[in-house]
Amino acid sequence: MIESTQLDPNFKDEIANEPGGEHILSCFTCGTCTASCPVRVVTDRYSPRKIIRMALLGLKEEVLSSDFIWLCSACYSCHERCPQDVRITELINAIKNIAVREGHVPPAFRVQVDLLRDHGRLIEIGDYDNERRAELGLPAIHEQPAEVAEILKVSGTIALGAAAPAPAEDDAK
Amino acid sequence: MRYALYLGCTVPIRNMNYELSARKVAERLGIELVDSDQFGCCGYPMKGVNHRTALLMAARNLVVAQEMGLDIFTLCTACTGTLTEASVVLNEDEALRQEVNEELEKATGKRYNGQVKVHHIARVLYEDVGLAALRDQIKVSLNGFRFGAHYGCHYLKPSEVFEGFDDPEAPHTLDELIEVTGAEAVQYNTKLLCCGGGVLAVDEEVALAMPQAKLQELAQAGIDALVLACPFCDIMYEYNQRRVMRNVDPRFQLPVLFYSQVLGLAMGMSAEELGFSLNRVKSKGLATKLAALEAAKP
Ligand code: SF4
Ligand code: SF4
Repeated sequence: MIESTQLDPNFKDEIANEPGGEHILSCFTCGTCTASCPVRVVTDRYSPRKIIRMALLGLKEEVLSSDFIWLCSACYSCHERCPQDVRITELINAIKNIAVREGHVPPAFRVQVDLLRDHGRLIEIGDYDNERRAELGLPAIHEQPAEVAEILKVSGTIALGAAAPAPAEDDAK
Repeated sequence: MRYALYLGCTVPIRNMNYELSARKVAERLGIELVDSDQFGCCGYPMKGVNHRTALLMAARNLVVAQEMGLDIFTLCTACTGTLTEASVVLNEDEALRQEVNEELEKATGKRYNGQVKVHHIARVLYEDVGLAALRDQIKVSLNGFRFGAHYGCHYLKPSEVFEGFDDPEAPHTLDELIEVTGAEAVQYNTKLLCCGGGVLAVDEEVALAMPQAKLQELAQAGIDALVLACPFCDIMYEYNQRRVMRNVDPRFQLPVLFYSQVLGLAMGMSAEELGFSLNRVKSKGLATKLAALEAAKP
């Protein structure tokens, strides 16, 4: 039983104003997305149609704090087939972006923010990696974290990191 | 043909066989790949966290290519999707480009001019080199080999950013690229299934359940290898193959090859120079065929 106090009628508009979420109101709940979804095949916990229904109903907290919004594999199967051009893959991303702003960030992404800030890439490059590359005749790769860290700063993402920033040269303790 | 080589985060560390074979094949075909030290992560991992962060990271890479005066050549399909989408929206939407440029300039001191295009290796081979020119380069027919093509989702989708390249519901370009080598591209039911790589960081159990159906079907079809062109798909089908198939068949083995390795073989290069020793899943069947291929060379 859903109590009306739990419902936020503005949630769908909030999503519609988020980049990627613009077409949410066109959904007529046909279920083509869920029928096309490869994640749905392996788990009942996930259904794109259900997420959209819940969002349209205004179940804001329940959607934003859920684990299931993070289970989309971004394969775009639903996106290609939706008769209403709802752009579900981007819509799920829009919902995730709102969830993050409300403080719901899966730990894996906090770690990724730190990796990007410190290395400019998701996989750190060690001396060993460049030695292996040299043995195969491949050029060395050098990390370029400075501009990526600035982008994380300018777009407000850097604060989501899991750990404190790497100590600056002057004083670290 | 000259491109800026964009390796991404994963390929240069985990899939040196892909990089090695791609570079060799490109060189032989007269495609000049120019390296740059300035590229970083494409931005894909940040899409769910902050859409603007991801777009800025993608734009920064487009600026690196802009400064080189070249279009981008990619190996990873996730990078391909992210960079292609960024280039299409930023190249077409001047207002958005202005807005993004304000922030990009604040962060990096540079602006994107809206000129760079992004091409995945298989798309370059199919569109820019072309099947006819590839056919002329085949020295050793792979007749007798049977491969299953796996199309990475972001190689073709979302289709509106790929300007009508291939068909997301009935993809054929990778199959044709396989057949040009003389090998058979086996048709199968689970061809369109996603590898699950997009969920791996969040929920391993769900992610590892996703590659199973395809691996099983292809093994039953008796193919020599699954052929793909993306490091993420490789993580799911090859690197995690044992964990994926643990409960079905602990001895399950289905080799996985990168398309550039297959093409290299047909162009007369040896398995060794194409980095086959770095492919993790070995099978007797494939090893025997590769040895026979080598022995039959003049
Ligand atoms: S396919 Fe489109 S219209 Fe149908 S339920 Fe899914 S989002 Fe709604
Ligand atoms: S993009 Fe996400 S919701 Fe859509 S079919 Fe793929 S996994 Fe399912």
